[in-house]
Amino acid sequence: MLKYILIPLLPLLSFIINILFGRNFIKDKAHWIAVPAVAGSFILAVSAFMDVQAGNVINVNIYNWIVSGNFNVTIGFLIDQLTAIMLIVVTSISTLIFIYSIGYMHGDGGYYRFFSYLSLFVFSMLMLVMANNFLLLYFGWEAVGLCSYFLIGFWFHKKSAADAGKKAFIVNRFGDFGFGLGVILVYLTFGSLDYLKIFSNTGIVLGQTINIFGNDIDLITLICLMLFCGAIGKSAQIPLHVWLPDAMEGPTPVSALIHAATMVTAGVFMVARCNPLFSLSHTAMNTVAVVGGVTAIFAATIALVQNDIKRVIAYSTVSQLGYMFLALGVGAYSAGIFHLYTHAYFKALLFLGSGSVIHALHNEQNMQNMGGLKKYMPITYGVFILATLSITGIPPFAGFFSKDEILWRAYSGGELGKFLWLLATVAALLTAFYSWRLIFLTFHGRFRGTHEQEHHLHESPRVITVPLMLLAIGAVAAGWVGIPPLLMEHGDKIGEFLAPVLGHPHGEGSHAEEMMVMGMSILVAAAGWFIAYQMYVKKTDLPMKVGAMFQPLYKLLYNKYYVDELYSRIFVQPVLKLSDKVILGFFDAKIIEGVVNGVPNLIGAFSNKFRKIQTGLLSNYGLVMAIGALAIIGYIIFMR
Amino acid sequence: MVPLSWYIVLSALMFSIGVFGFLSRRNLIIIFISIELMLNSVNISLVAFSHYLQSMRGQILVFFVITVAAAEAAIGLAILIAFYRNNPTIKVDEINLLKG
Repeated sequence: MLKYILIPLLPLLSFIINILFGRNFIKDKAHWIAVPAVAGSFILAVSAFMDVQAGNVINVNIYNWIVSGNFNVTIGFLIDQLTAIMLIVVTSISTLIFIYSIGYMHGDGGYYRFFSYLSLFVFSMLMLVMANNFLLLYFGWEAVGLCSYFLIGFWFHKKSAADAGKKAFIVNRFGDFGFGLGVILVYLTFGSLDYLKIFSNTGIVLGQTINIFGNDIDLITLICLMLFCGAIGKSAQIPLHVWLPDAMEGPTPVSALIHAATMVTAGVFMVARCNPLFSLSHTAMNTVAVVGGVTAIFAATIALVQNDIKRVIAYSTVSQLGYMFLALGVGAYSAGIFHLYTHAYFKALLFLGSGSVIHALHNEQNMQNMGGLKKYMPITYGVFILATLSITGIPPFAGFFSKDEILWRAYSGGELGKFLWLLATVAALLTAFYSWRLIFLTFHGRFRGTHEQEHHLHESPRVITVPLMLLAIGAVAAGWVGIPPLLMEHGDKIGEFLAPVLGHPHGEGSHAEEMMVMGMSILVAAAGWFIAYQMYVKKTDLPMKVGAMFQPLYKLLYNKYYVDELYSRIFVQPVLKLSDKVILGFFDAKIIEGVVNGVPNLIGAFSNKFRKIQTGLLSNYGLVMAIGALAIIGYIIFMR
Repeated sequence: MVPLSWYIVLSALMFSIGVFGFLSRRNLIIIFISIELMLNSVNISLVAFSHYLQSMRGQILVFFVITVAAAEAAIGLAILIAFYRNNPTIKVDEINLLKG
């Protein structure tokens, strides 16, 4: 029991110690507290995983958080198969990224602050995945959002970073508003917030409807869509994806940990956790699948033409998250979680690798100013290649198995599934293209930066490269626990492991079809590589020509479909205008200032009149006194 | 035997003269004397009633009034002199420092 409490508690302690004593005492030794704390969490998480594997699903209530009449919320942990996997993903990647940060953040003025926020994040994320009720999930959900805000704006003296932090927080508000309503609706429907109580009692919502503005809406669909709103915000799906690319203003380890491997996958985790609810609503499931599929291809197209190395990877993350939702939407929850798990390794690796590149080039992020880094940074190049092979889905690297699983589940998932499969396959082609484009632009050709930068080019220190190599092992091997049964009997260990929580996906399809899907996925991956190779290695003038040929399309993609501009026009500008003209110009100037200045002005005006009474002349006072006395006497004599 | 009403009339006349003097004169000393006149008019009526009602209460009160008047005269004149040192005038028209 203590073991499970310690898993989130260790990072929390690290946060408390670092934030209290960091500035004056610990300073640049903050990692001596933070790294052992997360490493300890990792070891405990592994042991918790073993317990679960041995068949012990843990569900303990530790503390009565809120008790009010019938409303009972506990702080309690549910560690089942799903949570166990999440624990491993979160703690293992956190540990590696903490170690990496020692090198990456070395010499930064906010070193202790960085580690304290990062520890707080790990704590929040662990609470999110370990929660056994919706309110605790919501707590973790908001806390990771808060940490994300802190860490995106870590270099807050840079205006773009501070703005990006605010943007992430505000965009997430939209999603979380829906999520909050969803949680409330769950409580109103089921009378409890406890997962197991709700999931064992889902029958009662069947056929129930709720009346909103005169329309009867299926209750369970509404609940699921509300919850999914939160996932859209947190996992950066269309239409709330805009915050994630901007979040790259944060330090690279943050991008790797929060905005690639863990926090952004919280939405996927939440939908998978609520699978008994989602499975009841076809509409909600289809919405999840379509949003995921469209996001996958939408973000992939944007990534094709971006020049900022981290932005390419950020859009790639959005796209891969789309894949996960696609899988969830077609009912293949375990495939989604499987992809979450492999993606965490290869995407964290891509981010940390790009961090290594950025570090070597002294904060240069534009790929057009890179090139030829292969010979200066062999280790970074090597791990980058492995991660790319993994993300593009080349067997036997991790990404292949999870992506293939998703593609197959989509294909075998009915009419809509075929359409989604097509989307996903095209997205896979685009993924391969932009991933290799990134490699070729960064590492191949000749160096296009300044001489000054070229002079300082060097491989990163060992504290950075060792975590990269360890992650590379994950990027290569993480998928081997999910080999499809077609290729190996009992190969899909993760699917079987997760089955008690997530169930078995159902789909019809022959072996031949499965082979075809697999073949297609390898084929498009190879095609993507080929096209990128032709364009960026063989004929380097080709990208310019293609760009010129499809000028409007290129501009559309380069400007990210003008979504930011659209939102700015629709939401930001009107709000600014409203606050400037109405709130500031009318309400504040006229009403607030009117009251604040009006009251004293009124009193002043009155007193200006009344002060005339006080003449300072003795005889006037005497006269008034005499008249007053006469009046009283007159009253006594005549009126009574 | 002088009837009570005569005393009352005398007292009222004295009081009215005091009030009139208080209001119409500008000289602080005269105003001061007017106040004394009013107090003494009250004393007369008190003594008259005391005699009329055959009760000592009125006369006792008169002693108090005389005492208070003496104290008031002493303090009032002291204030007057103190004021005069700073502001050499005894015309109330010109004493208007508390004008609003």
